[in-house]
Amino acid sequence: MIEVNQLTKRYGSLTAVDGVSFKVDAGEVLGFLGPNGAGKSTTMKMIAGFLAPTSGRVSVCGHDVVDEPIAAKSVMGYLPEGAPSYAEMTVAAFLEFIADVRGLTGADRRGRFDDVVGRLALGRVLDQPIETLSKGYKRRVGLAQAILHDPKVLILDEPTDGLDPNQKHEVRSLIDAMARDKIIIISTHILEEVDAVCTRAIIIANGKILADDTPEHLEARTPSGRLEDVFRSITLGTAAHA
Amino acid sequence: MRNVAIVFRRELASYFATPLAFVFIVIFLVLAGAFAFYLGNFFERGQADLTPFFTFHPWLYLFLIPALSMRLWAEERKSGSLELLMTLPITLWQAVLGKFAAAWAFAGLALLLTFPIWITVNYLGDPDNGAILAAYIGSFLMAGGFLAVGACLSATTRNQVIAFIVTVVVCFAFLLSGLPMVLGLFQGWAPQVLVDAIASFSFLTHFNAIAKGVIDLKDLVFFAALIAAWLSANAIVLDMKKAD
Repeated sequence: MIEVNQLTKRYGSLTAVDGVSFKVDAGEVLGFLGPNGAGKSTTMKMIAGFLAPTSGRVSVCGHDVVDEPIAAKSVMGYLPEGAPSYAEMTVAAFLEFIADVRGLTGADRRGRFDDVVGRLALGRVLDQPIETLSKGYKRRVGLAQAILHDPKVLILDEPTDGLDPNQKHEVRSLIDAMARDKIIIISTHILEEVDAVCTRAIIIANGKILADDTPEHLEARTPSGRLEDVFRSITLGTAAHA
Repeated sequence: MRNVAIVFRRELASYFATPLAFVFIVIFLVLAGAFAFYLGNFFERGQADLTPFFTFHPWLYLFLIPALSMRLWAEERKSGSLELLMTLPITLWQAVLGKFAAAWAFAGLALLLTFPIWITVNYLGDPDNGAILAAYIGSFLMAGGFLAVGACLSATTRNQVIAFIVTVVVCFAFLLSGLPMVLGLFQGWAPQVLVDAIASFSFLTHFNAIAKGVIDLKDLVFFAALIAAWLSANAIVLDMKKAD
């Protein structure tokens, strides 16, 4: 379970995330929606333990991210925005490095490695330096790195950004397949994605949670029944200048 | 310790994944040789020692070590891989130590590859090999000092050029503080304690002491403390400036 309690991040006078609280249980796929600059990425960076919150707490599977960072990071897989990796390394060397850090050994390591390479169709590019890959492949390498240790918690910041429709579909199937016993948080501004994979959506703007509900309930809020209209009516009301 | 080793291996491998390792080692060896033979008059002196070789190391390091250290953290910042590294289950200190150790080992490798000149001097005469070993150790320690400065300054920016220039300037100050002309500026008016303090911060003073063949505890402590201090600053800078 992830518990986020009154999470706040300030940069000088700017409040990027403002008193955000929510809980996510295993089996849930939570979609983070919001305009650019709404605080989605900042919230995810704090959950993943990269940024220290100004105030508030994040607990991942019972481990406080600030007090027990290593324990919390061990159960999480995180895909940062833009899927950064080490450009000069080959895909295989990069994933071996991640496997080392995650403490995978023996048959388990081999099995996880092959499973992830198969799922994300990386077999063909294993010996290529990451910098020579297309955007879609780089994103898949980032995803592979995040799921390599079969984490209980997955934090994916815009996992399908830059992928073509087929690749998007594959990533969504991947998330679906993993969803049953995991906690997955994804951020996106592709609304159809929320319909496709999320069991719950949080709409965030100006650092505040404006809605937290199932996609179906959110859609029921407008006569048209379209998530896009709900998103516009909720976010434009308070973030017209954003 | 296991995590330090993992970071170390990845970092060291990344030097060899690009032409950086090759270019650095070749330029280091060519310059080290050229300085020793042409500027240091290695042959003409007619003495079987490596003084002309080691004398130029501080000046060689002044430009080459910042070129090695500038990418350490600035590149991680720029590419965003810092975020990845800092969300893996390793501590900040393990990352700082692993990356520094890799850069230092690489500099050590470049230094080791100067061994032909050691063989040459033994072929030509009968040098004091103990003194030469001490000078090698001193040179390696000094490289570590330069690298620790560079690692910390690299963490302050995402621009490698800025990291390079600032590191050269700071290292230059550390070198110069032992020269008579700098100390002369202070000697007239400042208390002797201050002059000694400035002189004691000099890489040159400590390196030259070791290069004479005497490994004194106080010189070892100087470099160890220097490296520890700059790496601590490195960790603090990273922790404070993660977001930018």
